[in-house]
Amino acid sequence: MIRLICALLLVATTALAVEPDEILSDPNLETRARAISVNLRCVVCQNEPIDTSHAGVARDLRILVRERLTAGDTDDQVYNYVVARYGDYVLFKPPWKPTTYALWLAPFVIGLLGILAVVSVFRRERARPQTTPDLNAEEERQLARINEITEDRTP
Amino acid sequence: MSRIVIYLPLFAAIAIGLAGWWGLNPDRDPNAVPSALIGKSVPVFDLLAIEGIQTAGLATADILEIDGPVLVNVFASWCVPCRAEHAVLTRMVQEDGLNLVGINYKNDPSDAAAWLAELGNPYSKIGSDRNGRAGIEWGISGVPETFIVDGNGVVVFRYVGPIQTDAALSSIRQELAQADEDTP
Repeated sequence: MIRLICALLLVATTALAVEPDEILSDPNLETRARAISVNLRCVVCQNEPIDTSHAGVARDLRILVRERLTAGDTDDQVYNYVVARYGDYVLFKPPWKPTTYALWLAPFVIGLLGILAVVSVFRRERARPQTTPDLNAEEERQLARINEITEDRTP
Repeated sequence: MSRIVIYLPLFAAIAIGLAGWWGLNPDRDPNAVPSALIGKSVPVFDLLAIEGIQTAGLATADILEIDGPVLVNVFASWCVPCRAEHAVLTRMVQEDGLNLVGINYKNDPSDAAAWLAELGNPYSKIGSDRNGRAGIEWGISGVPETFIVDGNGVVVFRYVGPIQTDAALSSIRQELAQADEDTP
C-alpha cells in the first residue's frame, strides 16, 4: 500500500487548467500547443503561463493557439500572432533584439567583471614584495634558545 | 585604486537609493502591461449588433469612417466598475460631444440590452463580442478598457480600468484633444 502511494506521489503533477473540450484530437498538435502555452504569459495573472491559468482570457488564448495550429501555422507564426496583439511582454523568454541586448548581455558582463576583479586581486597578492623582514641577530638568538628549551622537554 | 574602493559603499548606497526611489514610487504600477497596439492602425474585427436593441453593430470600417478621434470602450453588464464608468462616459458624450462606440465583451445579449435600457445608451455603435475574439484583437486583459483612435485610424491611447477619477478623466480629455490636433 505504501509503495503504491509512493508510486502515485511520483507521478503527481499540478492541477491542469487545460479543460477537456480544449484538447485537440491530434496528439502531435496538442503537444505543440502545450509547449507554446507554457511560454505565453497570462495577461491577467501575470506570472502564470496561459497553460496553467484559469483566467477567461487565458482560456481564449489557449483555444486561439490551438486554432492557429490546426489551421497549419508554424510555432513561430503562432507566437507572432499573439505578440502582434499583446506585445513582447507575453513571452516568458524575451526575444533577442536591440531593446533587449542589455537584458541578455548583463549577466555575462557582470560575470566577466567579477572574474577580472578576482584575477586582479590574486595578481596583486603575488606581485606584492615580501613585507616581513628577516630576523635580526638578537631575534635569531632568542629563537635558538626557545628551540633548545622545547627540545629538552620533549621526552 | 584604494581611494576608489573607499567610495564603493557610498556608490552602492546611492545606487540602492535610486533603485528604491524608482521602484517604490506610488505612481508607478508594476502590473501595467504596455499595449502593443499604440501607434498601430485599428485591429481588424467585425461584430454584429446586440440582439434586441436598435444600435448598429461595430466593425473596423465603422471606426475608420468617423471623422476625428473616437473613444472605443470595452464593457459588459456583469462588470461592476463599468456601471460607475457608464455615467462618466454618458456625461462626456453629452458635454464634450465625443464619438463613443462600444464593444460588449462576453455578454449575454438580453443582459446587455437590459443594462443599456436601465442606464441609457451613450454609444453610437455597439459590437457584440460573444466569444471574446475581438477583445483579443484589441489585446485587452479585462473589462473595462478604453482606447482612443485618432482621425487617421491609428490607436493612440489605452486606458485600463474604469474612467472614474478626475485624473483619469483629464488624461482622456488631454489625449482626445491631442488626437484631434494631430488629425489633418
